[in-house]
Amino acid sequence: MALKTETFMVNAGPQHPSTHGVFRMRFTLDGEVIQDVEPVFGYLHRGIEKMTEGLTYTQDIVFTDRLDYLASMTNNQAYVIAVEKLAGIQVPERAEYLRVIMAELMRISSHLMAVGFLLNDLGAFLTPLLYMYREREKILDLFDMVCGQRLTYNYMRIGGVSQDIPEEFLPALKKYIYSLPGFIAEYDQLLATNEILLVRTKNVGILTKESAINYSTAGPVLRGSGVKWDIRKADPYSVYDRFQFEIPTGVKGDVYDRYRVRIEEMIQSINIIKQAIAQLPQGEIQTKVTRMLRPPKGETYGHIEGPKGELGFYLVSDGSTNPYRLHIRPPSLINLTPLREMLIGVKIADAMAIFGSIDICVGEIDR
Amino acid sequence: MTVDLSAADVVTKLEVVLPASVIESSGNMIVVNDKFLFLVASFLKTAPGLDFNYLNYITAVDYQIYIEVIYNFVSLEHNHGLIVKTRLTDRDKPELPSLVSLWKGADLQEREIYDLYGISFTGHPNLKRIFLWEGFQGYPLRKDYKQ
Repeated sequence: MALKTETFMVNAGPQHPSTHGVFRMRFTLDGEVIQDVEPVFGYLHRGIEKMTEGLTYTQDIVFTDRLDYLASMTNNQAYVIAVEKLAGIQVPERAEYLRVIMAELMRISSHLMAVGFLLNDLGAFLTPLLYMYREREKILDLFDMVCGQRLTYNYMRIGGVSQDIPEEFLPALKKYIYSLPGFIAEYDQLLATNEILLVRTKNVGILTKESAINYSTAGPVLRGSGVKWDIRKADPYSVYDRFQFEIPTGVKGDVYDRYRVRIEEMIQSINIIKQAIAQLPQGEIQTKVTRMLRPPKGETYGHIEGPKGELGFYLVSDGSTNPYRLHIRPPSLINLTPLREMLIGVKIADAMAIFGSIDICVGEIDR
Repeated sequence: MTVDLSAADVVTKLEVVLPASVIESSGNMIVVNDKFLFLVASFLKTAPGLDFNYLNYITAVDYQIYIEVIYNFVSLEHNHGLIVKTRLTDRDKPELPSLVSLWKGADLQEREIYDLYGISFTGHPNLKRIFLWEGFQGYPLRKDYKQ
């Protein structure tokens, strides 16, 4: 007699340790195999795009801190670059270098978290994550030294940065970036030679090159699938054209490749910071910009390579002090588009690994 | 993008296959008639020399006399980009063809515009509100939205 079976529904989130914030997925399961998944968004929707229309360009910087709260510096940078492009403001060279240093530190910090949480999702509960937190803490100390904030910096301003670095910053930064490669190597060696980790990540959650492009993914997800695409090289902003660095890419596009790309990118970021320290010029850190900035009528799109992918701001000005419209291109949301295709047909235990390898931040998805 | 693509070149190519589809153009931006949007998009995706294989972002702006929907297409191969705009004057039932069948990356972004601007994308596989709940009244990003 044939066994009578039926599919059933399992709900993950919005409060769930693996969903990295208030994000929800509804799985339809056939035994352990996922037949369908429906991501549910909106639990953290604050209407940031609408709110910015009621405040001035300068006031809107603080909202960008609250998008992807694990990468506030780069959010600040993308926004001020868009406003500067719209209003035609030049930035002093020293400020550009300081921005690059902060942005690359932020990238390292965000990737540390991404890798730490991925391992947490894979079942290496908390221990690797806490080591990552330890290293990230030192970056937060550096940011604290510069702007007095640890999470929401509001450091990059239209036309420059809010303040110059204190005397003790550069020695502390140098000490940190010279110690970091050793830590990454040790950490990577412990994990990338771990058989359980390899079995759980290799050939799991494969996103082909064609799919990655067709799904508009960006950042480590796109590069993990073997596409050499990085805004820092494709459309160099700030002073990125003055640094030597590589774009690491994966081969297969599985969870392991995305992990690998993040580890390699941290090494590249360290290289960029070393070059930026060596080239750091003296001088002004802020162009004089009126607080009630009125950019000329028009529209622009400013973008950067954020830790999670291309982060862009589409700005429309009607000539007044407030933006007429501000749209954010959120890498976290767009990178989730292929989630359904990647999850259908895999076992539920792998779902969390695949989801973790995309590296999202709900603050940026829901906005 | 490092290679500047002139909209005029694209318009010349478009005029051959789809006459009267482009309303205006400047810089790297073209405005197309909404009836032709899908055809223009499929042409841009496959035309040799253009090869826009990557849909970077979709957004919309409410200019009150019309709602403008903006698409940014990028070619990762040639490293060039183009902005395609289309304008909808109907505020009660604005409709556009969905581009999900060409670029799957349009999926969640079209849902977002449907949610916040009320533009229906015909042919979208799963068109429902994304951030707000079903039954929510109004479209918050429209300029005439009252709380």
